[in-house]
Amino acid sequence: MTVTWLRRCYMALVAFFLAAPLAVVAGVSVNEKKTLLFPPRGFSLEWYTAIFTEPEWRGALIASLGLAALSAALAVIVALPLSWFFWRRVAPWARVFQVLGVAPFMLPPVITALGFLSFWATGGFYGAPWTAVISHAIFFVTLPLVTISLGFSSIDRSLVEAAATMGADDRTVFRTVVAPLIAPYMVSGFAFAFVLSLNEYIVAYMTVGFTMETLPVKIFNALRYGYTPTMASVSIFFVAIAVLAVGLVARYGDLPKLMGAWTGEER
Amino acid sequence: MRREPARTFSDLLPLLFPAAVLVVFFVIPFGIMVAVSFFRRQQGGFYTVDFVVANYERFLTPFFGSVLGFSLFLAMAVAVCCVVVALPFTSFLSGCSRRVQVVWLVGILAILSLSEVIIGFAWSTLFSRTAGIGNLLAALGLMEAPKALLPGFGAVLTGMIYQALPFTILLLYPSLMRLDPSLLEAARTLGASPLRGFVSVVVPALRHTIAATLIMVFVFALGSYLLPQILGRPQHWTLSVLITDQAIYQSNMPFAAAMAVFLVLISLALVGLVLLVGGRREAA
Repeated sequence: MTVTWLRRCYMALVAFFLAAPLAVVAGVSVNEKKTLLFPPRGFSLEWYTAIFTEPEWRGALIASLGLAALSAALAVIVALPLSWFFWRRVAPWARVFQVLGVAPFMLPPVITALGFLSFWATGGFYGAPWTAVISHAIFFVTLPLVTISLGFSSIDRSLVEAAATMGADDRTVFRTVVAPLIAPYMVSGFAFAFVLSLNEYIVAYMTVGFTMETLPVKIFNALRYGYTPTMASVSIFFVAIAVLAVGLVARYGDLPKLMGAWTGEER
Repeated sequence: MRREPARTFSDLLPLLFPAAVLVVFFVIPFGIMVAVSFFRRQQGGFYTVDFVVANYERFLTPFFGSVLGFSLFLAMAVAVCCVVVALPFTSFLSGCSRRVQVVWLVGILAILSLSEVIIGFAWSTLFSRTAGIGNLLAALGLMEAPKALLPGFGAVLTGMIYQALPFTILLLYPSLMRLDPSLLEAARTLGASPLRGFVSVVVPALRHTIAATLIMVFVFALGSYLLPQILGRPQHWTLSVLITDQAIYQSNMPFAAAMAVFLVLISLALVGLVLLVGGRREAA
């Protein structure tokens, strides 16, 4: 029994380590006055409403949400035909595109960011908001690529064969059989790309940092000039969004299975 | 419907769009960055086209040497700490019920997706004088008066372990889930203590996974670009921070690009090592 007890203790310690900084930020975020104090003095949700009422925070929030939604959608649009192709065709040489799809995620982010900075600066588009959308879509294309590929690999091929025998062409098979089966995986890929794009700093900063403030850029800029409680409330707000999005993926998908695919070992 | 080779051009059509996007927006930017690393710096602008190796020659300065040395040391320390903490944890996690596992995975993924800015801010709060653990230590009488625990090496290391730990757990998770629990049971039946069983059965069985995880976390930690800046002093800056600083604040794109190329080579060599380790495991 002591063993079980020790296990629980160890897991509780890790949980404490992971939760402590967020708990302190949550505490700080409800301070009544504009102070960085923990335990908090008084209780106020004013800093949470400030995210939506103060124009600069609201602007950053809208910029971040727009960027995340558009880039995640683009990432799915790029990943879908690619994973379909790998599922449908035998083409070993095309694997190079799979490597390209995973590479931005494996390399240190600063490299991808600098690559985009050089690219957009050379092209003369440096600072245009849409460049950040494309940059984030490429940076996070790995996530829908992994989840959608997993979706394809879990399709029972006899279903597809049955449809084909009945005379359905590729297009009809995709619409009637494949699409409904992989839809949850597309949603998972979108959700992961969305949350990560929302939180991403360096690529957003290097592409549009001087023309458009996303929330992480805004928090960092504010951090350099000292403390404002809105940083704390925004951070907690972001934690909530992340938990919500991942929670939804877990609710409608198979998280342990997705995590197996993460490291590419279950293929 | 079996997988068929692509025969006609129309078979390749679905590949066209993603392939074009990846080439134009990833391969070409990458190529431009490599080219820029040979360009000459232009004061006040980005760069002028040229072919000089001066940007690479700066690697030979003691300053760059110390930054590189510190980056590698820090990443290694983070990787070792993370694996040491995550290995028993993930092993316990894999023994939990599916429900408990899913709850943990949601939390771990949520923290993994958090911005470095938010992690840095959270730890700087936790280490601050007015809202941090200094207060707790002072209340317990372990510290005379609450004081800030940052900036400093300890703060940087803690923040980076926090950032990399969820990643480490997720890398170890699939292997530990597949590990045959009867291995450990056999060791226990033969009289080994739980700790002994873990060290002499689980660890050796997973040695390739552990090696690969160490390297992957090392590369992950090399990529940390904000935490050393927020939680540390200038002497705790890493290569990633220096690249950002040169590119944005010193507007020395060519030197930043040269350092980025260098970082890519280190990372690729290490990822290659992982693939090699993985390949040997499959052969075994």
